[in-house]
Amino acid sequence: MSEVAPKELRIVGFLCNWCSYGGADTAGVGRFKQPTDLRIIRVPCSGRVDPMFVVRALLTGADGVLVSGCHPRDCHYTDGNFYARRRLEMLKRLLPFMGIDDRRFHYTWVSASEGQKWQQVVTGFTNQVHALGPMHQK
Amino acid sequence: MSTQKLKEIIKQVLPDVETVICWQEGYDKLNVTPIFITSPEQVDQVVWNPLCAQNLASYLPSQKKKVAVAVKGCDSRTIVQYMQEGLIDRNNVVIIGIPCKGTVSKKKVQKAIGNEPVEEVTFTDGSIKVKTPSGEKTLALADVCPTKCTSCQFPTPIVYDQLTADAIKSDKPPESVYADVAELEGKTLEERKAYFASQFDKCIRCYACRNACPMCVCQDSCIAETRDPHWITQKNSLDEKVMFHMIHALHLAGRCVECGECERVCPMEIPVAKLKKKINKEMKDLFDYTPGVNPEDKPPMYTFNVDEAKIKEHKL
Repeated sequence: MSEVAPKELRIVGFLCNWCSYGGADTAGVGRFKQPTDLRIIRVPCSGRVDPMFVVRALLTGADGVLVSGCHPRDCHYTDGNFYARRRLEMLKRLLPFMGIDDRRFHYTWVSASEGQKWQQVVTGFTNQVHALGPMHQK
Repeated sequence: MSTQKLKEIIKQVLPDVETVICWQEGYDKLNVTPIFITSPEQVDQVVWNPLCAQNLASYLPSQKKKVAVAVKGCDSRTIVQYMQEGLIDRNNVVIIGIPCKGTVSKKKVQKAIGNEPVEEVTFTDGSIKVKTPSGEKTLALADVCPTKCTSCQFPTPIVYDQLTADAIKSDKPPESVYADVAELEGKTLEERKAYFASQFDKCIRCYACRNACPMCVCQDSCIAETRDPHWITQKNSLDEKVMFHMIHALHLAGRCVECGECERVCPMEIPVAKLKKKINKEMKDLFDYTPGVNPEDKPPMYTFNVDEAKIKEHKL
């Protein structure tokens, strides 16, 4: 694992049950080394992720929020992630306007077989959040 | 004079509808309040002047029977948005359109006259004359109009059944609508954060902005007050205040018709509409969508394209 700072930060991940959660599992089963800052919350579909989940998490103590779902066209429920894509893109553009660095929020698509990609996403995002430091001063 | 025409139209449509929703004089000359007309005698109480700022279209979703409503250009966007979302049946609404040259912000007038009691208000072209115990004061309408009027694109209603005067065209450039948002965007992240912190910290969470909002159609089921789900607490902190405004903004994503009611009713003079305008600006950019303009449109968050032309995948 590369230059992750020793002090752990709080990163919340909303993963869809069918792809990304499976992807994270694949990464675990494959014993890929990952940073441990991410706390995963399993949701039925990325379409279940209300943008307010992200805002609430960021306001109440999370330093970063990651949302991951099935690749577009691969949604278990056919179109859940198409709606999610619009909502999350809207949020991604709104956050910096209200003064929250948009690098603290990332949304992506990882399938159940992409253990390697999952490891890259987690490592990349954790490094990005660590570069910004903690969001809340204790 | 369009007031006379307005009264004539109301008398004409009254037999066909249950109620006509219009404006009447309030508790003093500077205040205008809604009137629900059910009999022809009430028609004489109707007023129309730049003080008629309330968005009367807000009453429509709760009406059970056929009603008529008087709307300005900005209010008509509310009706269009209701039609897009299926919240009203167009056949049950008679729209009396009023071409409007700009409204007046009561708060700005009160500030200009030092909050004195108002005895008489008269309007001439482009100015408002207010008589108080200490004398008369003439104010230019451009100085006391709400922010939304300075960039009004729709002075004439978009949908209407009857029009009280000839349609007028907007003389404001379309870029001016999001000029205030663009100005904030030009600042640094830290400056914006400080700006919103200072503004939202004033919030007393009276929820007047939500109550006045025509697109806040959940009303009594609003998640800002429900305990299950318990989205926000009663704690008096900036985070909870910001959270409330985020709920309002996100629930209006791609739906806000920029009628300015939230800012008009805010007792703390918070620029409540800024976040919503920012989202609208992004909706325009992403999906070429403006809320409340075309009844055939679909709000962008209610639909999707399999291939989004403007949404690119974000790299880490």
